[in-house]
Amino acid sequence: MQMTGAQMVIEAMKLEGVDTVFGYPGGAIMNVYDEVYKQKDFRHILTRHEQAAVHAADGYARATGKVGVAFVTSGPGFTNAVTGIATAYMDSVPLVVISGQVPISMIGTDAFQEIDATGISRSCTKHNYLVHSAKELPRILKEAFYLAHSGRPGPVHIDIPKDVTAEMAEFNYPTHIDLPTYKPTTRGNVRQIKKAAEAICRAKRPVFYLGGGIIHAEAAGLVRELVDVTQIPAVETLMARGTLPHDHPLLLGMVGMHGSYQANMAMSEADLMIALGPRFDDRVTGKLSEFAKHAKIIHVDIDPSSIGKLVDVDYPIVGDLKEVLEVMLPKVKECVDPDKYQAWRQILKRYNDIHPLRYEDSDEVIKPQWVIERTGQLLGERAVVCTDVGQHQMWTAQFYPFSYPRQFITSGGLGTMGFGFPAAIGAKRGVPDKTVINFTGDGSILMNIQELVTAVESRLPVINIILNNHYLGMVRQWQTFFYEKRYAETDLSFQPDFVRLAEACGGVGYRVETKEEFDEALQDAIDKGVVAMIDVIVDREENVLPMVPSGGTLYNMMLEYKD
Amino acid sequence: MKVERRVISVIVQNEHSVLARITGLFAARGYNIETLTVAPIPDSDMSRLTIETRGNVRVIEQIIKQLHKLIPTYKVIEHEEMIEKEMVMMKFPINESLAAIQALCQAYNGGIANVSSQHIITMVADEPRRVKHFIEAAQRFHPVEIVRGGVVAMERE
Ligand SMILES: Cc1ncc(C[n+]2csc(CCOP(=O)(O)OP(=O)(O)O)c2C)c(N)n1
Repeated sequence: MQMTGAQMVIEAMKLEGVDTVFGYPGGAIMNVYDEVYKQKDFRHILTRHEQAAVHAADGYARATGKVGVAFVTSGPGFTNAVTGIATAYMDSVPLVVISGQVPISMIGTDAFQEIDATGISRSCTKHNYLVHSAKELPRILKEAFYLAHSGRPGPVHIDIPKDVTAEMAEFNYPTHIDLPTYKPTTRGNVRQIKKAAEAICRAKRPVFYLGGGIIHAEAAGLVRELVDVTQIPAVETLMARGTLPHDHPLLLGMVGMHGSYQANMAMSEADLMIALGPRFDDRVTGKLSEFAKHAKIIHVDIDPSSIGKLVDVDYPIVGDLKEVLEVMLPKVKECVDPDKYQAWRQILKRYNDIHPLRYEDSDEVIKPQWVIERTGQLLGERAVVCTDVGQHQMWTAQFYPFSYPRQFITSGGLGTMGFGFPAAIGAKRGVPDKTVINFTGDGSILMNIQELVTAVESRLPVINIILNNHYLGMVRQWQTFFYEKRYAETDLSFQPDFVRLAEACGGVGYRVETKEEFDEALQDAIDKGVVAMIDVIVDREENVLPMVPSGGTLYNMMLEYKD
Repeated sequence: MKVERRVISVIVQNEHSVLARITGLFAARGYNIETLTVAPIPDSDMSRLTIETRGNVRVIEQIIKQLHKLIPTYKVIEHEEMIEKEMVMMKFPINESLAAIQALCQAYNGGIANVSSQHIITMVADEPRRVKHFIEAAQRFHPVEIVRGGVVAMERE
């Protein structure tokens, strides 16, 4: 059938089963929006900033496991979207981002709102396309969705010149992909898997190092089975939170800079590390030369370039985690003796008895950790929890009782302030039956505060809980520890009235200064089902502990801070 | 960490900005490409790039993996047993000794490519190290311009 490039874009969305697009219009993408206007059962959510459109698509993708989609215009529309794209890239989130471009004849002339968009997105996308004619569009659209979610997922960007969206061509949506150069290895080398299984059975002090790849591969069920069968303790990265339920007896907690003492000691003393889909981020490893010094390493990852990038690996296995574990599990079952690790489990338990993850509660002032714990008690599994970036993010990772994958949505790789609220909007659209919470800071929330309007208008009731310490808290903490309390430009004593701000946008605001007020505010926001801002005034100078200072070693954690 | 010279050939699908994707991988890690030679492969929609680079082993390994990962990449050849050739053209003033220049070129697998009223242009194709020696030896004829072509390589087997 003949249709315009713009019509093809919409048709492809329908064929790919996309139920929502987040975006923001402009000159170069107007033809596409003209088609959006004509649709009946096609939901477009107008964010108030392109960065937020991409974060929302990202939150939607992380919450559902489907591909998120965003439309933006050329020039500033696209450049605003870049932070969102880079955020998704760093965390391997499947997105298709479509931008308008100036007409082909004007490309390269510094035309109004022209920018070399594919040039910019090249380094923060899995792949990108500049479309030269409507004839190519069906293939490109099909490929983009396939590339976004297959192999190691990631954002794919399609830049479409305005005249291409108007051009007529035949629309034959391909039924299969013809990409001879792209063949992700999913099977995993069987001999290598067998060797790894034997290593697991031989080890005396093994530890599972669980990473975000497990969530992307939908492999948490198999991971749990493997942990249960072997009775080997496990640590989770920030991105893997929720892989094992918080009350799982073998879960040692989060690992890394703000990980638990027992998790970091387990990594340091293990003789075998079974790394399932992590990327050995420097926030996890600390000083590389001291990282897991005594351990042989098994590393399973879909992305060969992620294996051996930073540490030498003894058993590299390239493959899809689910497929690899399906082969590995029976082999491990054959040889494993769970009692063998009893002594090792005892050692770790003792570490936890000496230095459990904890905080000092107070009656005078609300502790930020309390807010998170309390929310966890009140909502538990019912909530999908997003965060922005800072101390509140780390406390959420430490203290919220996560129970399942995709329950925790946070920007790990890029660490993007301003991510949480729009991502929560996208998540709410993706999983409408869940209560969606965004733990945020008084700094972060202001980075995409305009999305209050989007959330209210689109009836996506997200509850923002601001842990308001009147500081850029995480930076202030580093200034406290490493810059002799020279609080350069981190004091946020001057603040907007968050309650009235919420109200001005059609939402509901609460200011909370006592624990009772917090319970009431949260309950009220849930009962009303509205977009809410709960501004919780918390202890100003609380620090995230324990902490491995940047470049330090995991076994030398700062456990407390004394003035 | 040890710094190594490496010659890598990459076979890619000819498509929009594929060269930029490849060179971008080096640039993003602050690495120099010493020479780069690109041409389409006859009777195909592929091109072959030959890249000569120098760097620490771990980073080069990483770049090779990243090259594999690029969507348009068909094949990455890390040369070990290879035949390498590089070409160089040099321009000399006409008042230098034509015969002596010719003799030198012949010793390095080349010859005189052009003689005009002002200049002599020579062309030599040889192993990169020998090309370097040729350029050094040719200095005594006061070259006014030197153009090196970059390495091309083929596995012996
Ligand atoms: C876009 C962006 N700019 C700057 C930073 C650096 N940064 C990391 S944490 C932080 C402070 C965050 O403050 P706030 O949102 O109030 O959270 P808190 O740490 O107080 O919980 C800053 C500025 C960042 N991560 N992202």
